[in-house]
Amino acid sequence: MLGDAAGRQETRESPPAVDVQGLTKVFGSTLALDAVDLFAGCGEVVALLGPNGAGKTTLLKLLSTALKPSAGGGRILGEDLLTGRDPIRRRIGMISHNHHLYEELTAEENLRFAATMRGIRPDRGRIRKALADVGLATQAAWKVRTYSTGMKRRLVIGKMLLFDPDLLFLDEPHNTLDQAAIALLNGYVASVKARGGSAIVATHNLSRAYDMADRFVLMREGAVARRVEKRDLSMEQLRTLYTRHAENGEEEPRVESLESRV
Amino acid sequence: MTRPLVITRLVGALAGAVLAVGLGLAFFVVPPDAVQGEVQRIMYLHLGAVAAAYFAFFVTLLASVLYLRKRDLRADAVAVASAEVGVLFTGVVLASGSIWGKSTWGVWWTWDARLTLTAITFMIYVGYLMLRAFAEEPQAAARYGAVLGVLGFLAIPLNHFAVQWWRTLHQPSSIIRAGGPSMDPFMLTVVLVNVCGMLLLYGYLLLERFRLERIRHQTLQLRLTRGRRG
Amino acid sequence: MVVAEVMRRTWAMTWKDVRVELRARERMNAMLFFAGLVLFIFNFALGPDLEKLRDAAPGLLWLAFLFTGMLGLGRSFQAERENECFEELLLTPGDRESLYFGKLAGNILFMVMAEILILPLFAILYNLDIWGRLPGLVLVAVLGTVGFSTIGTLLAAMTAHLRAREVMLPLLLFPLTVPVILGSVRATEALLNGPGLVEVGHWLKLLVGFDVVFLVVCPLLFEFVLEE
Repeated sequence: MLGDAAGRQETRESPPAVDVQGLTKVFGSTLALDAVDLFAGCGEVVALLGPNGAGKTTLLKLLSTALKPSAGGGRILGEDLLTGRDPIRRRIGMISHNHHLYEELTAEENLRFAATMRGIRPDRGRIRKALADVGLATQAAWKVRTYSTGMKRRLVIGKMLLFDPDLLFLDEPHNTLDQAAIALLNGYVASVKARGGSAIVATHNLSRAYDMADRFVLMREGAVARRVEKRDLSMEQLRTLYTRHAENGEEEPRVESLESRV
Repeated sequence: MTRPLVITRLVGALAGAVLAVGLGLAFFVVPPDAVQGEVQRIMYLHLGAVAAAYFAFFVTLLASVLYLRKRDLRADAVAVASAEVGVLFTGVVLASGSIWGKSTWGVWWTWDARLTLTAITFMIYVGYLMLRAFAEEPQAAARYGAVLGVLGFLAIPLNHFAVQWWRTLHQPSSIIRAGGPSMDPFMLTVVLVNVCGMLLLYGYLLLERFRLERIRHQTLQLRLTRGRRG
Repeated sequence: MVVAEVMRRTWAMTWKDVRVELRARERMNAMLFFAGLVLFIFNFALGPDLEKLRDAAPGLLWLAFLFTGMLGLGRSFQAERENECFEELLLTPGDRESLYFGKLAGNILFMVMAEILILPLFAILYNLDIWGRLPGLVLVAVLGTVGFSTIGTLLAAMTAHLRAREVMLPLLLFPLTVPVILGSVRATEALLNGPGLVEVGHWLKLLVGFDVVFLVVCPLLFEFVLEE
């Protein structure tokens, strides 16, 4: 295996969003992640696909610097994963099924808090605009406790709009969302991609991943089972590969076909 | 790793020898105290244990700081090993102090300044061990333990003054006075011999407990690699 | 300006905690109810002899303060725990010290608010004249509260993730804060029963020293509690 970055052409202007090798995570005597390489260039969306327990969430937490790797390292947005945690955190956004919102505060108060903590002036106009952009203008003064899941997810996107992250991490973002929220989410990821940003999406929902992503990394039991690019790959083919590698644990073919080269 | 190192055995043997001499002198050779009688002999044991206990917690402090800076698991192994041995010695201090108190004043416990301080220190480090036991996984245990290892030792001098002033302002000083400038030089020597013996014993127990901790680390590693090969 | 930024973040954290508390009212209600309960039970436990109660008064007052404070500290990371916001704080860029100070300020505020309500209730129940000594009492209360809360906030963050956290927090906190307990009680005693603060200068110094030491050490250690 040549690792994830084989054959990549980087632009000299900006470093790749994700360029990590050998990421390993141990919890006690459990190996959650086993020497995972990952690469994502600018303007790329990479989907991590796998069943529960495959290590997708752990990988996201390592990449977003929420956890420290037991071994391995690399660069996120050009900054060292181990020593550059603060600069990385300035430029990444995490959209996870845990909302990271304070339920007792209103939407507006949540955004103002998030803005202030990031050193952004929480002026009314900016906050209102962010809320309007995600369709929550009229519910701005409601407590988040009263929000539906879709509304909460929109609010999280609103938070992202405040500081425009260059790299998004999404952990099962489509769970229990209504169509409008899904459309907003996909639209937001597309807009990030359009301005050169990147996204790593962890999901077990193949069709959603297929819509969003340029590349798929199939994971199983803490390791990467297969990597595929979207071009020339149909949804059905993806499903077949997923069943073979991620669910049934088939090994990647020894002879490298065009399909497995990334 | 599964056998004690040569140095461990040496330290252990030395500790045994010195303590045999020290305690032998204390219990059989030194003349009985004019006022307190035979039971005063336990003070030699008591003082030695005090020295070893507080030295142990100082080592835990150093190892904790080292772990926080370098994240080397060996530093953490030293920290927990030293804390455990320290708790053991503190128990000895409390027990011997209590026995002495019972014999001298007829009560098992006095709220004497030093004994109270020892009891508080005991609680701090038992708490340290419990904290580590309740953490979800070994790295959290090491990290939280290190933080408490620093806090605990910083608290000791503050606790010392607090308890000291608390007692001396309320009743005449009942501090156990087994030492002091008026001590007979022979007795002083015996005290020092016992202190040395206790410190050596601490060293031996530390080395052994450290080795045990490292074996534990290695077992975890093995379980990991075995799980990997699946 | 870095200091301004730290202060803004600290203020934002504190404000957020106050707002959440004002809306949820979980902490303050529990604290006040508990304090009232404690004061009543002391009376039943110690019997009707008013003189005996008077002698024990400074200790009882601080028992009420400290147990109530404990309750508040135990809840101080509740919002973060319930809303999964620990990770959010982690991923927020910037210094970790302001996160600590923000939490600390909130905890001190809640504890002081509880004390403001407990003190008059205490004076009434135990028939004590506190008005003449009020400035001194306030000073001692503040010094003690700050000291208790510095270590308390750090330990609350640590124990938030543990099993048996309700037991672990007091178990770890009380032995470490003995100087605060002793100092506050002795100083309060000097104020209520006699000579006033002049007599207990050394206790005040101990309280101040304790506060200073842990106001410096705890924010530095907070990073290690929060981050892996």
